[in-house]
Amino acid sequence: MTDDKDVLRDVWFGRIPTCFTLYQDEITEREAEPYYLLLPRVSYLTLVTDKVKKHFQKVMRQEDISEIWFEYEGTPLKWHYPIGLLFDLLASSSALPWNITVHFKSFPEKDLLHCPSKDVIEAHFMSCVKEADALKHKSQVINEMQKKDHKQLWMGLQNDRFDQFWAINRKLMEYPAEENGFRYIPFRIYQTTTERPFIQKLFRPMAADGQLHTLGDLLKEVCPSAIAPEDGERKNQVMIHGIEPMLETPLQWLSEHLSYPDNFLHISIIPQPTD
Amino acid sequence: MPSSALWAVDLFGRVCTLSTAAQHWELCRDAQLEFKRVSASAQCCWGIACDNRVYVRVDAGDVPIRRREEAYENQRWNPVGGFCETLLPSDRWPWSDVSGLQHRPLDGVALPSPHWEWESDWYVDENFGGEPTEKGGWTYAIDFPAAYTRDKKWNSCVRRRRWIRYRRYKSRDTWAQIPSQDDPKQLPDPFNDLSVGGWEITDEPVGHLSVWAVSLQGKVWYREDVSHPNPEGSSWSLVDTPGEVVQISCGPHDLLWATLWEGQALVREGISRNNPKGSSWSIVEPPTSENGIMHVSVGVSVLWAVTKDRKVWFRRGVNSHNPCGTSWIEMVGEMMMVDVGLNDQVWGISWADRALYFRQGVTQSELSGKTWKAIVASRECDRSHSGSSSSLLSAGCFFGDEVRGSGESCGPSDSEAERPGPDPERELQATSPASTPAELPWTNIDLKEPKRGPSHAAASFPEASDLSSLGLLPLGMEEPDGAECHPLWAWVSGGGCAVEAHTVLKWFTAQSGLSPSVQTLSLSITPAQTAAWRKQIFQQLTERTKRELENFRHYEQAVEQSVWVKTGALQWWCDWKPHRWVDVRVALERFTGQDGARDSILFVYYVVHEEKKYIHVFLNEVTALVPVLNEAKHSFALYTPERTRQRWPVRLAAATEQDMSDWLALLNLSCCESRRVHGRPSPQAIWSVTCKGDVFVSEPSPDLEAPERPLPCDQMFWRQMGGHLRVVEANSRGVVWGIGYDHTAWVYTGGYGGSSSQGLAGGPSGIYTQSDVKCVCIYENQRWNPVTGYTSRGLPTDRYMWSDATGLQECTKASTKPPSLQWTWVSDWFVDFSVPGGADQEGWQYASDFPASYHGYKTMKDFVRRRCWARKCKLVTSGPWLEVAPIALTDVSIIPEAPGAPGSEPSIALWAISDKGDVLCRLGVSELNPAGSSWLHVGTDQPFASVSIGACYQVWAVARDGSAFYRGSVSPSKPAGDCWYLIPSPPKQRLKQVSVGHTAVFALDENGNMWYRQGVTPSYPQGSGWEHVSNNVRRVSVGPLDQVWVIADKVQGSHGLSRGTVCHRTGVQPLEPKGLGWDYGIGVSGAALGGLSQWDLEARGAVPRGPREGPGGAVPSCLSVPCCQVPRGGHYGFFYGGYLCSAVTR
Repeated sequence: MTDDKDVLRDVWFGRIPTCFTLYQDEITEREAEPYYLLLPRVSYLTLVTDKVKKHFQKVMRQEDISEIWFEYEGTPLKWHYPIGLLFDLLASSSALPWNITVHFKSFPEKDLLHCPSKDVIEAHFMSCVKEADALKHKSQVINEMQKKDHKQLWMGLQNDRFDQFWAINRKLMEYPAEENGFRYIPFRIYQTTTERPFIQKLFRPMAADGQLHTLGDLLKEVCPSAIAPEDGERKNQVMIHGIEPMLETPLQWLSEHLSYPDNFLHISIIPQPTD
Repeated sequence: MPSSALWAVDLFGRVCTLSTAAQHWELCRDAQLEFKRVSASAQCCWGIACDNRVYVRVDAGDVPIRRREEAYENQRWNPVGGFCETLLPSDRWPWSDVSGLQHRPLDGVALPSPHWEWESDWYVDENFGGEPTEKGGWTYAIDFPAAYTRDKKWNSCVRRRRWIRYRRYKSRDTWAQIPSQDDPKQLPDPFNDLSVGGWEITDEPVGHLSVWAVSLQGKVWYREDVSHPNPEGSSWSLVDTPGEVVQISCGPHDLLWATLWEGQALVREGISRNNPKGSSWSIVEPPTSENGIMHVSVGVSVLWAVTKDRKVWFRRGVNSHNPCGTSWIEMVGEMMMVDVGLNDQVWGISWADRALYFRQGVTQSELSGKTWKAIVASRECDRSHSGSSSSLLSAGCFFGDEVRGSGESCGPSDSEAERPGPDPERELQATSPASTPAELPWTNIDLKEPKRGPSHAAASFPEASDLSSLGLLPLGMEEPDGAECHPLWAWVSGGGCAVEAHTVLKWFTAQSGLSPSVQTLSLSITPAQTAAWRKQIFQQLTERTKRELENFRHYEQAVEQSVWVKTGALQWWCDWKPHRWVDVRVALERFTGQDGARDSILFVYYVVHEEKKYIHVFLNEVTALVPVLNEAKHSFALYTPERTRQRWPVRLAAATEQDMSDWLALLNLSCCESRRVHGRPSPQAIWSVTCKGDVFVSEPSPDLEAPERPLPCDQMFWRQMGGHLRVVEANSRGVVWGIGYDHTAWVYTGGYGGSSSQGLAGGPSGIYTQSDVKCVCIYENQRWNPVTGYTSRGLPTDRYMWSDATGLQECTKASTKPPSLQWTWVSDWFVDFSVPGGADQEGWQYASDFPASYHGYKTMKDFVRRRCWARKCKLVTSGPWLEVAPIALTDVSIIPEAPGAPGSEPSIALWAISDKGDVLCRLGVSELNPAGSSWLHVGTDQPFASVSIGACYQVWAVARDGSAFYRGSVSPSKPAGDCWYLIPSPPKQRLKQVSVGHTAVFALDENGNMWYRQGVTPSYPQGSGWEHVSNNVRRVSVGPLDQVWVIADKVQGSHGLSRGTVCHRTGVQPLEPKGLGWDYGIGVSGAALGGLSQWDLEARGAVPRGPREGPGGAVPSCLSVPCCQVPRGGHYGFFYGGYLCSAVTR
């Protein structure tokens, strides 16, 4: 019998082997070697790429260096999406390692947010956590926490400290005994095929008759196109953290165990690979 | 928390129970009877039915209520015929009781009532004080009455033997009528009210119950001799009262109140252990003179009353010393009646709507509680409607048989019985809203209704119209409001219902569907854990990790694991002068080593002679972290192999409990991390408990049993599991049971963490609230002097007049605190009568002088006496344990099995001893359901103390009188075996514990000697004799490969003396099953640390069942390493073709 706690550990310690290469048009003083790194799935690109930045800056002239940004097969990578989500959404069917191109020029203003410092990531992360708690507990839990608890959440993520992070985060995952789950499940559903960045709606963990809602119930309700018709073949994969949970999985359990550190379930709907 | 039940009677006399773990009322089946009163205790419920007779309903349970009848056959020798039944005229009866005064022929012994049955025929007792007698069971003496011996001597003129027969109470789980004893010469005087209580006056195992009843003429009756083994009692005796009594209430302890016809209350005084009937009455006036008291109910230290104007009153200051209390306080609410149950919790039936209310917020400090909260649990009949209908609906089937069946079996609902001839349509409207709370489309279901038919309703309630004669029907009942059609209650009794502060009740919300929390309370793996989706997630995560990491481990990590330091201020016990606690700074440095493993160093910085110094401990060398809570300090001890050898740990103390548990959690985590131990302990783990009740577990390393140079056991790493236990027992398939200090049985849930790792990541899983109760004892000492007799004035050389057991420490009632800050008092001081050696009526034990051996009666030579005062304290913690209700245990044994051994049965044999000394065998225990399903009682002729089952189903046991028994023919198909064989004890020793491994049998006697059973063979499993192995042993446990582990009593280390040390027998070989010597492991006493002896680790668990060797390397961890195999055959190849596999890792 495996423990549910092990899921949390596995989710936290998920790593994506990544190969960073400098964009060909970037001007360098000498040839830039690719840089290999294991990226934590639950973290953010700009939070864990100091080494990448340093590596490539060494071969560049000081005056050519401006804000770093990343791109995969032509798509600029949004740093404010968790790394695991970006990978699942864009690259899950391609071979490892994940080849990311590093840019220092022509920042795509209309696609990406600027990330001048880690404070911006922190602010984004904390606002997500707060939004999630507003959905789950009417913000009661996050508001009762002290400033240092908020800091511990962030530091836990930043320093990849599972224990430090979960010592606080578990409070966010609690719910009153008399209720059978959160008020609403914080989730976001991403699709590559649509223009819309993601779907987010109010959705309760339990039906009015007390039946637990499942992942399938959620998709049926908010994104019916993701699920195959009764008879037809499945055209899409529903992926969280690189795995495809069964549609019968209770949503409340997913929210407690497979949420990203920002307390959201980031669900990718991607076309079924053809091979 | 065991679940217990609230009892109630509705207006139609139907008795229902509501479990503390349930959400629905359950109808008490079997009853053709309607009741007007019930009064419950934990084990039974008394009631008065509408035929005005008294009934008792005893819970079935798994252990039968059985009583022994015995008779003695006496014979005298005469020169002609030898021993014969012809006695001298001055002699006793040929068949007599033990004293010889009463004639007692075997066929003259009759069953006391039709509720008993004989278990078997009479047979001769061949066990004489633990020694088997010759066949026939005769014991010999010079003359009657005299000392009997089992040997016939030249001067043995008389002999006697004991015949035994058991009778068994059969009327359980049914209402058994108490024979009425109406005097035919007088008018019948039926009973009108009844109350049971008094179970706390005596401790277990006496199980006394006070049953009081009031007759219609206002007389008060007391039922004599009611106890657990005699549930019916013997006779009613009249208790004189100063007036006509209408109602009576008996509290769990010594309070008894009654109401008089005139409206005053009567209070019984002088109730005590020796006089449960009490001695006199005193009168308490009602709160207001115009409205007399109509109803009273008492608890341990509260009284609630209802006056004739339905107002509810709370009596202030009621307790044992002042049963009358001081003054009345008016409470809100208008009630018909109130009832005080266990823990002084209160229930009431409201005047307005006959609904049942629970008083919320009643605690020891706030006995009057906070608010009335309505219990809206639906009844079983309603539930079976909604339950089955919803399941059918989801199955798309509206016309199944289930609906009809449940509808009929639960009988018509309230509103139907109301009307003599209900028309189906009205019935529809009245019942359906209440019965379908989940807003189901009920019309389909109710199509069935006409089939039930009005005639059915009338048939099952022939006396419905009689009910009004009880005076219970209020006006306005004829028009029930369909929307609020809740049951209408007439009576409630909470005497068997244990609600505590941490009990979560689900009575207050009407809910349909299974809530997840209901599922989590059963240990057998929950559906959520076996569900396919869960398996898939685990499987996919493993695959993902493999896919994304396997070939890329050489990549650099994006986030460096740098050195991380936690610092703080603690106190440290300075090992050298000045030998006291000194303030220190501590720092824990955690870093990632070369191989990616985390390790940590703990630094303790101290100042000595103004010189800064430090000591440091590598956490990968730490072998145990033991919390040492006492009343003053939050401290813990840290052991390393070296410290263990010294018997002298590093001791640190924190300022607050929180601080300490934070540090302990962090240090524990660091230790586990550096040793790469995490998750659930393996099935082969060795479990142990300390004398403080802390639970520790150690993963045996493969070289622990290596024949050459085994791993010294002081290097074993012990990590703490949550929970509080006195005994722990594990087998090698992962089934672990424990027993608390209060004898509660617990089963391991597979979780980890709990109290020992609060604040750790991941949230609790499989962790539940656990509580334990134990007694703190102090002694009152007195010396006799010729003038005033016994007084509390001793000689100057005497011990303190209030002391601990040794007499060395002064312990007064006021100054004695609970053992640590985790414990809180839950009772007042009371005299403990169950002391070894016995006590007189007031609990005194006498001796010629302090300290000496004490006896329970006074003789001419006794100049001192003492008595034991006890006070209960309670601890609430959490751990991976679930209660196995309801039978309390003192010992438990699980069959040891080599993992993966061929022929592993699906069901795991488990034997136990109950707190009353009954031998029990658990059925249905398996890896998936470690709690098992039910107990099978194994009859014995005397109470037992210890039991152990070996790998080949050899069951050995030790009785409380010190004799050993072997149980014959136990097998998977015959789990309880057939009969006991008495095994003579070692000469002049009383055995106290036995442990059986694969084939080896070891026993301990009361003097700490360990004995090995010789000559055990498959054909003669009883063996031939005891062979002495060692002394100084407190507890022994033999593993599945006959590894011997013990708790040694005293072990001298280089720095201190350890009391209670885990020791491993070395040199145990197939041909040397007794082994050669001892290897000493964890265990230290604080005795050397300034008299603080009750502090430290004193592991005394049923330590190890089960190290890890599998035959031929069946354990995966052994597969990859070379095994040196030592054949274990030869001893007797019949048992196994197994091999002892040992391995060296890395």
